[in-house]
Amino acid sequence: MELFVLSFTIFILALFVGIELINKVPPTLHTPLMSGTNAISGIVIVGAIISAGSSDLSPNVAGVLGFIAVTLASINIVAGFMVTDRMLNMFKRKG
Amino acid sequence: MMFALINLSYLAAAVCFILGIKGMTRPKTAVRGNQIAAIGMLIAVVSALLHQGIINYTAILAGMILGGSIGIWLARRTATTEMPELVASLNGIGGGASVAVAASTWMQTVTVSGAGNSGWTAAILVSIIIGSVTLTGSVVAVLKLKGNIGDSRNNRLWHSVTLITLVAALIGAVLFTTDASTSPLALAVLIGLCLLLGVGLVQPIGGADMPVVVALLNAYSGLAGAATGFVLGNQGLIITGSLVGASGLILTAIMCKAMNRSLPNVLFGGVFGATGNSANKQDEG
Repeated sequence: MELFVLSFTIFILALFVGIELINKVPPTLHTPLMSGTNAISGIVIVGAIISAGSSDLSPNVAGVLGFIAVTLASINIVAGFMVTDRMLNMFKRKG
Repeated sequence: MMFALINLSYLAAAVCFILGIKGMTRPKTAVRGNQIAAIGMLIAVVSALLHQGIINYTAILAGMILGGSIGIWLARRTATTEMPELVASLNGIGGGASVAVAASTWMQTVTVSGAGNSGWTAAILVSIIIGSVTLTGSVVAVLKLKGNIGDSRNNRLWHSVTLITLVAALIGAVLFTTDASTSPLALAVLIGLCLLLGVGLVQPIGGADMPVVVALLNAYSGLAGAATGFVLGNQGLIITGSLVGASGLILTAIMCKAMNRSLPNVLFGGVFGATGNSANKQDEG
């Protein structure tokens, strides 16, 4: 219960940080910003790594799901950051 | 000692994400911001690998190599004009990852120690519901962006599908939490319902509004990550997930404003026919 209250406090405070971070974004940056934050939401890989690693070597459903989770999250992260970089470099050349 | 080290690394990663997002809001610092965020992700992945509960690295490494290669291939191959579709697909993939993590964690815990307490089960369910809606919602959004599926003519049918699945999923979720069910089949049915709900929610929304929908689904995938953080008791996930969730919601609002639309209008204009679309006219006629 104590852990939950602590986690909940952090959750609410981080929400406010997130709200305060974004203001007055020029419209050209909307898509790259969306793409960048999408790559960051790949943070779920932390959970994927823990759940893929905690089951033993014998193949079971939980382990397979963990493997799928790691794979999907890796795609999200790698492609996310690379595409954002490509988009932003495109703007650079134009400007 | 290790516990403190891992959690301090998550803090460092979160600081990188905050600085990265901040950088990405200004044209001059945007490229640097993206790089800082990527470094933060690297820190987070390395500290996750140090977690003491991990006894088997084979599945992790295989998944990271496979996913990483697919990711590099996708990012290189995609034409500039197809980037919005790619971002939307990645978003759905992220939602799928959340669902898989939640289902995997649930199954491991249930096999070892039976059903967890209801707060824990509720966090799993939130993660599954948001993750599934993000997954199928993004699939519909991608297909609409590509023009593979047009705007639905029978919105009324989709309204009913949405309402029925929503009610069924909510009843299922409440039963699941209070009864502390340990049946994998029940969980699978619930995931199926939530997947259908994602289709039903996005399908009635017009194709022109898809960028806003993708931005919103992006915020959802962040919140799904935060819910996973509650499941695992992982502060790093909670901070980052809520950061992405909140900034995504604000970004959605800003994009709506730029497109001269209001958020409820985009979201529920389709579902309840408030904007005088075909369904509304049928009701009157």
